[in-house]
Amino acid sequence: MSELTTSHPVPLAGLGRWLLVAVPLLLLVAYLVTFDQGAVSQAGNYLHELMHDGRHLLGVPCH
Amino acid sequence: MIRTLLVRGLLVGLAAGLIAAVFAYLVGEPHVNQAIALEEAASHAQAAAEHSHAEEELVSRSGQQAGLFLALALYGMAVGGIFALVYAGVRGRIGPRTDAALSGTMAATAFVAIVLVPFVKYPANPPAVGDPDTINGRTTYYLVMVAIGLLAVALAVAAARKVPEHRYLAGAVGFLAPVIAAWLLLPTVNEVPAGFPATLLWDFRLSSLGTQLVLWSAIGVLYGVAAERGVRRRSLAVTVPT
Repeated sequence: MSELTTSHPVPLAGLGRWLLVAVPLLLLVAYLVTFDQGAVSQAGNYLHELMHDGRHLLGVPCH
Repeated sequence: MIRTLLVRGLLVGLAAGLIAAVFAYLVGEPHVNQAIALEEAASHAQAAAEHSHAEEELVSRSGQQAGLFLALALYGMAVGGIFALVYAGVRGRIGPRTDAALSGTMAATAFVAIVLVPFVKYPANPPAVGDPDTINGRTTYYLVMVAIGLLAVALAVAAARKVPEHRYLAGAVGFLAPVIAAWLLLPTVNEVPAGFPATLLWDFRLSSLGTQLVLWSAIGVLYGVAAERGVRRRSLAVTVPT
């Protein structure tokens, strides 16, 4: 590469708002995929069974 | 700007999740199927002895294999989004100065912290391995290990900045001290049934680690490109001749 991109920091104003809204939502999705056994989804073991192979191959504890 | 980085993180995570799912389907699924065959053989023998009936399946095997793609796509989006928000905070403040190098470094760090550190203590298990009665405890230990991996990265960065003349040594100590302490102090879990094939266990674990490695490699490479283009479009990047 003949050029170098110097990184000007992204202004932090507003990042807190994104963190407050987006991170809990993203963690909820990750939780439903990896750990839910019906406690949050209220779908019994359905999510566990649907995500079964993904959970094993992602390496999270699964039954 | 943050919105641009976040949307790109979600899209990169989705793509990386699907790439990892293809790897998992081709490399990991054969081991999952073998383990399920062993599990069923064992439970049939037990059911015949107790005259009980096997539980009805909620999701068929082909449904679970489709679920693999769904699970990895959603997981990829979730970690991709969080990755992007951390990236927005770190970019230009800590770490390498180009988007490609920063994205690659951050993805490698994330892989070590939230995949490799827990994996060494609590490796992935195929179906038929693990006692359902201990799932809550094992899940807690696993999440503690993930938290320690992340904490160790923060400590390593802080230590390296504190002692800039020996930053690699300081960083390594800051990272390894909490990780090794946790490896030694947290309870050991061994619930592999007697007679479970060692080669199948090893192959499954490697394919699980490979799935995560493909996921994070894809995030590291693709996000570097996506972030650089997004930032350039918003003209927050300054190009200087070298």
